[in-house]
Amino acid sequence: MKTGFDNLAARLANVPWGETLAAALWLLLVAVAVLAFMATFAGVTTWVERRIAGRMMSRIGPNRVGPAGFLQWLADGLKCFLKEDVIPDAADRPLFRMAPYLVFAGCFGAFAALPFGYGLAASGIDAGIFYVSAVTSLVVVGILMAGWSSNNKWSLLGGVRGAAQIISYEIPAGLAALSVVALAGTPNLQGIIQAQGGWPWQWFAFHNPFASIAFFVFLASLLAEGNRTPFDLPEAESELVAGYVTEYSGMRFLFFLFAEWANIWVMAALIVTLFLGGWQVPGAALPDAGTGRTFWILASAAVFFMKTLTFAFLVVWVRWTLPRLRVDQLTDLCWKVFVPAGFVCLIGSSACVLIPGQGAWHAVHRVVQWGLTAAGFGLAAGLLWRARTNIKNLNERIYLKVWT
Amino acid sequence: MIQENTSKTSVDQPAAQASNEDSTLIHMGPQHPSTHGVINLTLTLEGEIIVKADPRVGYLHRGIEKLAEITPYTGFIPFTDRIDYLAAMFCNQGWCMAVERLAGIQVPRRAEYLRVIACELNRLINHLISCGTTAMDLGAFTPFLHAIREREKVNDLMEKICGSRLNYTFMRFGGVCRDFAPGLDRDILDFLDRFEKFLPEFNRLISGNEIFIRRLVNVGVIPAGLAVSHGLGGPNLRASGIDFDLRRNRPYSVYPEFQFRVPTGGSYRGEAGDSFARYRVRIDEMVESARIVRQAVEGLPEGEFLAKVPRNPAPPAGEVYARVESARGELGYYLVSDGSDRAFRLKIRTSSFCAMTVIPVVAPGMMVADLTAFFGSLDVVAPEVDR
Repeated sequence: MKTGFDNLAARLANVPWGETLAAALWLLLVAVAVLAFMATFAGVTTWVERRIAGRMMSRIGPNRVGPAGFLQWLADGLKCFLKEDVIPDAADRPLFRMAPYLVFAGCFGAFAALPFGYGLAASGIDAGIFYVSAVTSLVVVGILMAGWSSNNKWSLLGGVRGAAQIISYEIPAGLAALSVVALAGTPNLQGIIQAQGGWPWQWFAFHNPFASIAFFVFLASLLAEGNRTPFDLPEAESELVAGYVTEYSGMRFLFFLFAEWANIWVMAALIVTLFLGGWQVPGAALPDAGTGRTFWILASAAVFFMKTLTFAFLVVWVRWTLPRLRVDQLTDLCWKVFVPAGFVCLIGSSACVLIPGQGAWHAVHRVVQWGLTAAGFGLAAGLLWRARTNIKNLNERIYLKVWT
Repeated sequence: MIQENTSKTSVDQPAAQASNEDSTLIHMGPQHPSTHGVINLTLTLEGEIIVKADPRVGYLHRGIEKLAEITPYTGFIPFTDRIDYLAAMFCNQGWCMAVERLAGIQVPRRAEYLRVIACELNRLINHLISCGTTAMDLGAFTPFLHAIREREKVNDLMEKICGSRLNYTFMRFGGVCRDFAPGLDRDILDFLDRFEKFLPEFNRLISGNEIFIRRLVNVGVIPAGLAVSHGLGGPNLRASGIDFDLRRNRPYSVYPEFQFRVPTGGSYRGEAGDSFARYRVRIDEMVESARIVRQAVEGLPEGEFLAKVPRNPAPPAGEVYARVESARGELGYYLVSDGSDRAFRLKIRTSSFCAMTVIPVVAPGMMVADLTAFFGSLDVVAPEVDR
């Protein structure tokens, strides 16, 4: 990434304010690139999610616009932009209009620090995970603002629920992330990936039992922070009509949804970065420079995308499988289970940092790592096998063409 | 906590003033995703805790009882479908039984069997919807659509049985409107084979889900005494631990000829009378209904499907109370005749209406989220409440 900026700066060297101009242009370029990626991902994911949901529910899902309905997201987006933007009379207008942008900004801000591949990130900010955790908190402000300014009681309940939930779950998420920071020795997201290896037993999720627990705590906490089922209480349709988005329509409504789907990428990318080796290519030491660098950047990006999309799929899968928790069960789970577990993970992982790089302890650690890896992959394989059996049993009775 | 919007209706003002200053008055319904039809629950909340729940019914009142007084007996049969659109067959049966008893009409045995098959298939339809919507109220959309998928299969059968998928108008005084088409018994048995595979799958998907169970157990407990004093019926009554089923305790039609179990609450997690017990009773009842249908189809006797009766009977003056075990509980028709060709007075007793009366007693103290679970598990249908 540095090289691109250097080229630009060199070309503008003779222009007055050249360096500042170059920096501004570069920022704009990166921001547009990230925004374009975010928009495409969020859009395509709406289609993918609806197709997956349709398959799970033995129905078809959107299949009219474009091949297999692929362009449905564009049609929906266009429709939302053309709709009237209704603002209730009694709403607090400035807040009501601002809230979607805050939610959007919180989500977009997170993309600035997320890695996409080896050396591929909008910003290699050193605060890394802390920055992401901080900037996504903007979402809470937006949700609370939306709930309050709508002047609708269902919205208010949703907004307050959202604030309580997201703030609660930042704590276990932060603790779980901290245990990884302790292992990696840096909060920088690229640094965390570089501290892991390409092979599964080199991932932090399988580094030690505490880190494995931290992985699950982090996964659940992120689902809760992203308002995804089983933690989608702020917009619980059957209870709160639509929660904080009840009064929104058209483009502003779209912004909330946009942030929600883009957030799937943030969740999945964070999990992959912190726990699953990020973009590390198994068995390859990535060169800092030289002829093969472009190839390795692409290869690492491919690995990262594959892992991230797998987890994005998991997030979607969970959403269409599980019912929703009650609000007190949700906070109970957070404060009585996840927060203590997070502290245990943090202390345990920190202790594991002390394991020396050789000797008997090192050998024990290796065995534990392999064991955890086997257990983790066994769990995943069991889940997939069960899903496959269910689908096979179902297919005896139901035939759905997947692509029509 | 929140200012009342002054431009709203003034009807609610007394209630708002009567309650605590910290509480919120909120209307759940008549247009709310989980009230399943136009029912309004006026809630007084403190935070998310319900202080007072006030059901307001009548949005769907169509004066069906009054219509019976101006409609000939036969012409009233289609109106009974509209009492409960999810379990219309029972409404047909109750009305036909009332008139048959008053007019002294004998129903042929084959016709009774056809009625039982249709009714029990209808019970499957209703319970599939009920269990599915309970899951949907708790945020799980997939089980609902799986249940709907199976319901479509029963609807297909219903279409083959009586030509209609929702408002059946299948029964006539002295029998049913038409005989089984050739091969229909095979179709029904095929469906039952399929259905017996579906239920365990559904249970794996949702009934055994830990989140789902925890959302339902010990929520909205209706003790046996309360259930009786409020006149609950059907699954709601049996879930409270009272082993009472009209099909067995007050036998009608040909039900004594079939073997079936009457599930009661409390045999799964949680206590008798909670929302999970009601949900499980419905699941278990589906198994029993499938058994009854299988026995009836396999033992279907030959004979007439409709007795020779006048097109529009004019029963002698008198009164009769006929009741059937509807999918929602006791469905009673109290019919007074003055000897003309239409009812002098008709009173329809529905269990949904009784179930609504429990809400203000049980709901205070629970959270809004619990109320949707509780309300979903009561399986109330708006048209049956209001008639």
